[in-house]
Amino acid sequence: MSWRKHTTTSPWLGRVLGPGRPEVGCDECFALLDRYVELELAGADAEASFAGMEAHLLGCPACAEEHDLLLEYVRGSAG
Amino acid sequence: MRPAVEPTVANTSRGARLRLLDPDSRAWLLRLRAGGAEQDRALAELHRLLLGAARFALSRRASQVGREGFDDLAVQAADDALVAVLGRLDDYRGDSRFTTWAWKFAFYEACVALRKRRWLGREVPVEDEAWDALGHQAGPDVSVEQAEVLAALRRAVHEVLTPHQRAVFVALALNEVPVDVLAERLGTTRGALYKTLHDARDRLRRTLADVELLPRPAGRGSRR
Repeated sequence: MSWRKHTTTSPWLGRVLGPGRPEVGCDECFALLDRYVELELAGADAEASFAGMEAHLLGCPACAEEHDLLLEYVRGSAG
Repeated sequence: MRPAVEPTVANTSRGARLRLLDPDSRAWLLRLRAGGAEQDRALAELHRLLLGAARFALSRRASQVGREGFDDLAVQAADDALVAVLGRLDDYRGDSRFTTWAWKFAFYEACVALRKRRWLGREVPVEDEAWDALGHQAGPDVSVEQAEVLAALRRAVHEVLTPHQRAVFVALALNEVPVDVLAERLGTTRGALYKTLHDARDRLRRTLADVELLPRPAGRGSRR
């Protein structure tokens, strides 16, 4: 049996078990969020600057929600 | 002579740091510390800025919050965000524009308030209901392999997690209770609860990897 069958076809498993790789915590995510969002909007490789942010945003719905709102709002305010 | 360390916003004194900021961000900091009428005007302007962000967040979740109490919730979130911004003004390093930095407090406060309101008076669902719901999410055509993973996961939750890890995992990961809501009910913080969830997930992934149902997790634990 191959585990790849599960990890590639089971979004519910990813949601329950998280990204399965090193990630920052919620406090660090909040501290870095503004810079991370501006790097994303500038088209830079934000994850290269802040390793573990992307994984945390995949695993933490609360931080992901706040990230998505900030990203959308800053993008809209720049227009 | 060239200095040994290039001056950056992060490694300079407050005065030097101010000079490195973009003009708008520098103006915000100067006005917020100006005292007198200029500071009052800056505070009112900042509150309007935060209120706009809070209203935006709530409007994106209008189906959850309803119109009743919408304005009160937005104003309260903006008030709380203003207090947080002023309390942490010395932490602002100029790594982003001041407005981006300030807005994140408004989104945090608005989202936390909204989550708590959605769960007001609601009990955290019991575990059996959560497993049933997860089975439904896996879909009616769940494969034999996926059913095996689900069964192994359910066993592992009972066998390898501590009671506290199990309670946190069941609430946050299975029942999707918002982390802020659970933190308030348990008298702890979002960060502490998420660390517990992360450790539980890591232990479960390793247990499933031991029986070759999942790949071994990359790295050990969180970065912190």
